[in-house]
Amino acid sequence: MKFTEEHEWLRIEDDVVVVGITEHAATQLGDIVFVELPEVGTEVVIDDEAVVIESVKAASDILSPLDGEIVEVNEALADNPGLVNEDPLGNGWFFKIKSDDLSKMDEYLDEAAYKALVE
Amino acid sequence: MSDLRHTPLFDLHESLGAKMVPFAGYAMPVQYGLGVMKEHLHCRAKAGLFDVSHMGQVKLVGDGAAAALETLVPVDVVGLAEGRQRYGFFTNDAGGISDDLMLANRGDHIFVVVNAACKAADIGHMRAHLKGVEVVEVTDRALLALQGPAAEAVLAGVNPAVADMAFMDVATVDLNGAECWVSRSGYTGEDGFEISVPNADAVALAKLLLAHDDVEAIGLGARDSLRLEGGLCLYGHDIDAETTPVEAALTWAIQKVRRTGGDRAGGFPGADIILAQIADGADRKRVGLRPEGRAPMREGVLLFDEADAVTPIGQITSGGFGPTVEGPVAMGYVATAHAAKGTVVCGELRGKRLPLTVTALPFTPANFKR
Repeated sequence: MKFTEEHEWLRIEDDVVVVGITEHAATQLGDIVFVELPEVGTEVVIDDEAVVIESVKAASDILSPLDGEIVEVNEALADNPGLVNEDPLGNGWFFKIKSDDLSKMDEYLDEAAYKALVE
Repeated sequence: MSDLRHTPLFDLHESLGAKMVPFAGYAMPVQYGLGVMKEHLHCRAKAGLFDVSHMGQVKLVGDGAAAALETLVPVDVVGLAEGRQRYGFFTNDAGGISDDLMLANRGDHIFVVVNAACKAADIGHMRAHLKGVEVVEVTDRALLALQGPAAEAVLAGVNPAVADMAFMDVATVDLNGAECWVSRSGYTGEDGFEISVPNADAVALAKLLLAHDDVEAIGLGARDSLRLEGGLCLYGHDIDAETTPVEAALTWAIQKVRRTGGDRAGGFPGADIILAQIADGADRKRVGLRPEGRAPMREGVLLFDEADAVTPIGQITSGGFGPTVEGPVAMGYVATAHAAKGTVVCGELRGKRLPLTVTALPFTPANFKR
């Protein structure tokens, strides 16, 4: 698993990358009440706004960490956005992206480096 | 946050694990360990304790205090019985609202509670205009709010006398050995009490109340979502110097005696404008709004009568997620033609026009002990 400085996590699963936010980010955002997910089939480039998260406090953007196509989104978040708080690294995932260029993954943080960032 | 003022409960907040934020010049708890959502729901289910010591507490002393205050507020102060409290607002010459407040007849003085961000201006305003009245800022007292359906049972456990108080009653009550000025009121839409307690006794009283199984500490985050669901205005957002009481749907707070034809009609700043609006209506009105779907629409979102309309008909002034409603809720101003309940308008959110329905306020039924 890799991490961005914007508190996203990326996990390679077969030929796609699953993206979510870290427990640290979920805690900082507070209770999440709405998640606006991209449409399946959307082509994104790095730093495109991919997801909007609304917490009880404010709206936050999640930027795409890779170039590629959104191939699946977590439909369960529509009815139960609180999954992001309950299980950010598991059932609270946002989308799966299929990317031809995974080289960017190497630039992201490993778990130890991410932990050092947030501590 | 070193330049921020602390309330007497600052150390207690830190010991309870509060996340402190700057608010109106004070370091205040925005949430505790439960988080905004659970704090909100706990207050509606049982009882919540709020530190509102940042608000201004002022005594108006002198025989003519009630009559003098009527020159600044469009409220029946003279007719307010001893031991009773009322909601009101200071108006300006344009008919706008310069702050909202609670005022109580405590026998030998009028006790006023004003917003933290406005208190210096309010006190200056009262000192400048209330001739022959001593305007005394009370700085040696903290202010706690105990709110929720269990508030009566909890506080009656400290002193049974509070159970006899009705909504908007005020009384001097001994709580845990401290002389407290208690009102049966609050700003959450729930039954409850506001308690003015000497600074030296505030922490002990707060700890005593928090020791009850039904009581949790509640931060400003849930205070905001509670008052929004309760349809209550936040000064500086839903009401300000540019909004009149009639536009703000606060005409109910202007008693008949101060309206045209009343014994003490007018005589407050902006009376000509406000009384004319009571007679003829205003061009816009504050309404409740329920966005469809789950996406919250917040302050600043522009409202349109049609999805493709160019000119806005209004704007959201408070909005967010209502934990009790289990969906987004908002308040805002719309042109009067669009203010009827059930009217569907559009709000522009992230470039999309999404529907909202004009809805009766409050969003959650008020639970006061009348």
